[in-house]
Amino acid sequence: MDAGAVGLTLHLAAVTTLVLLLLGTPLAWWLATTRSVLRPAVEALTALPLVLPPTVLGFYLLILLNPTAPIGAFWVEATGTTLTFSFAGLVVGSVIYSLPFMVQPLHGAFAAVGPGPLEAAASLRARPLDAFFTVAVPLSVRGFVTACVLTFAHTVGEFGVVLMIGGNIPGETRVVSIAIYEHVETLRYADAHVLSAALLGFSFLVLLAVYGMNRRFPVRAF
Amino acid sequence: MPSDLDIELSVALGDFRLDVAERVPFAGITGVFGPSASGKSTLLRALAGFEPARGHIVVAGETWLDTARGVAMPPFRRRCGFLFQDARLFAHLDVAGNLRYASRRAGNVDPAISFDDVVGAFDLEPLLPRRVDALSGGERQRVALARTLLTRPTLLLLDEPLAALDLYRKAEILPYLESLSARFHVPTLYVSHAIDEVARLADRTLVLTDGRVRAFGPTPAVLERLDVQSIAGPLEASVVIEARVTGHDTGYRLTRLDVGGEAISLPEASHLDVGATARLRIRARDVAVATARPRALSIRNVLEGTVAELVTDPDSPFAEVLVDVGGEHVRARITRAAADDLGLETGQSVFALVKSVSLDG
Repeated sequence: MDAGAVGLTLHLAAVTTLVLLLLGTPLAWWLATTRSVLRPAVEALTALPLVLPPTVLGFYLLILLNPTAPIGAFWVEATGTTLTFSFAGLVVGSVIYSLPFMVQPLHGAFAAVGPGPLEAAASLRARPLDAFFTVAVPLSVRGFVTACVLTFAHTVGEFGVVLMIGGNIPGETRVVSIAIYEHVETLRYADAHVLSAALLGFSFLVLLAVYGMNRRFPVRAF
Repeated sequence: MPSDLDIELSVALGDFRLDVAERVPFAGITGVFGPSASGKSTLLRALAGFEPARGHIVVAGETWLDTARGVAMPPFRRRCGFLFQDARLFAHLDVAGNLRYASRRAGNVDPAISFDDVVGAFDLEPLLPRRVDALSGGERQRVALARTLLTRPTLLLLDEPLAALDLYRKAEILPYLESLSARFHVPTLYVSHAIDEVARLADRTLVLTDGRVRAFGPTPAVLERLDVQSIAGPLEASVVIEARVTGHDTGYRLTRLDVGGEAISLPEASHLDVGATARLRIRARDVAVATARPRALSIRNVLEGTVAELVTDPDSPFAEVLVDVGGEHVRARITRAAADDLGLETGQSVFALVKSVSLDG
């Protein structure tokens, strides 16, 4: 039964990381290169999930995504299922919840590359998109790895938002953190121990990998 | 097709303003010289499209910028090679990867500049598999120069390529820079705040101060102007003159040259053929002035001429004397007291005593 929770958690974390990689990369690039007056506001919005209690985030998501709200109703019409208390809803919540963990390392990495190499690429006839993929991305490899690992790990550790918008539906929204909560509530401490220790070990190994890599990883493409 | 670089630019960067309107012949090396913060690099960056500018830039008939008509070609479309002071090699690629990056994007390939030719010309064969962070400063600039050339540019923009190098590395790179326009025939703008580099490399020189063109013309003519000298600083004040080699004295190991009808000799430079023209650089501080031909003196290079210009400044202990030697000009830096003592004035017949001469390229 807990194997299902573990599988679901990994699935959610993987999908969230992939979606955030696609959304967060252009956002981080914009933040690192724009001269727009809107930048501080966008930066603040991006960082909000770091400081907001997950319950606040979950509450607003519940308001926005429930089937009587425009977005929620549209989803029901388009897919026949609801966004609240579903896997799709969890992905939406996780993407918002983990957004800063993708965007901030990427923003930092792009800023560290700076305009220099991109001007050099332009002077070698590389179009902007060409320069982005052949110069900015390879030089930011470390930032990409850090961002993906942190996003994945942070999504695995998600609890409050899931509780608010996902509930506890086995195979659909019952992730590891929810399973632990349930074990404790029902006084099955042995099961809670197994999952908690596993999550503790996993989180430590992830952070160890990130910090170890920051020390040793040479700036070279893969 | 007009074969020149037609620039009429203004760039505003905070309080700083650059205004340049010139037609630059499209051949050889054009030096852009001036003190730091004079706008030299800004001019180059505006030409490459890295700095927003107003006005127009027409390069050999191709319009890169014309704000009046709303034309602003993005940097990657301007067929100019840009050599940055800090080389800016891509750290994620090896040397060969950096060169291929340029070569692959060059578009219509000019057969006059082949990959192998460039690698050979810059002696890069042994460096090709090296990582760029394992290169010395001089090697980096050599690779960057080759990489820039491999974009097959119609115009090369070199932004203080030697500024970050020590003297030894400079000497290592200079011959490659000299061979650029000669071997690959790419017109070049060369930005530098070092007058010796400009004197050695540039066919013509544009002098910038405070964002404005102070002088533009053939390098020797520009560098002998006193107002340009004041920019270069007192220690560097010098002239570049062209002299004809008249013979070698193998006994005393000297080479004799003719400067405006006067003889000058320097330590033997046997690579110069008799009859060839050599560029000599004479620093103002190495020249003294006498009103009569001195005798019993160790200085052998005594040039007879007339005072063409005399500049004194009541706040300075020094005076600068420009001596016309049969059409060539030699500059002397003496004390103001000496100038008054000798009663120097324009048109007066004098002797320039040259303590030391160096060969420029």
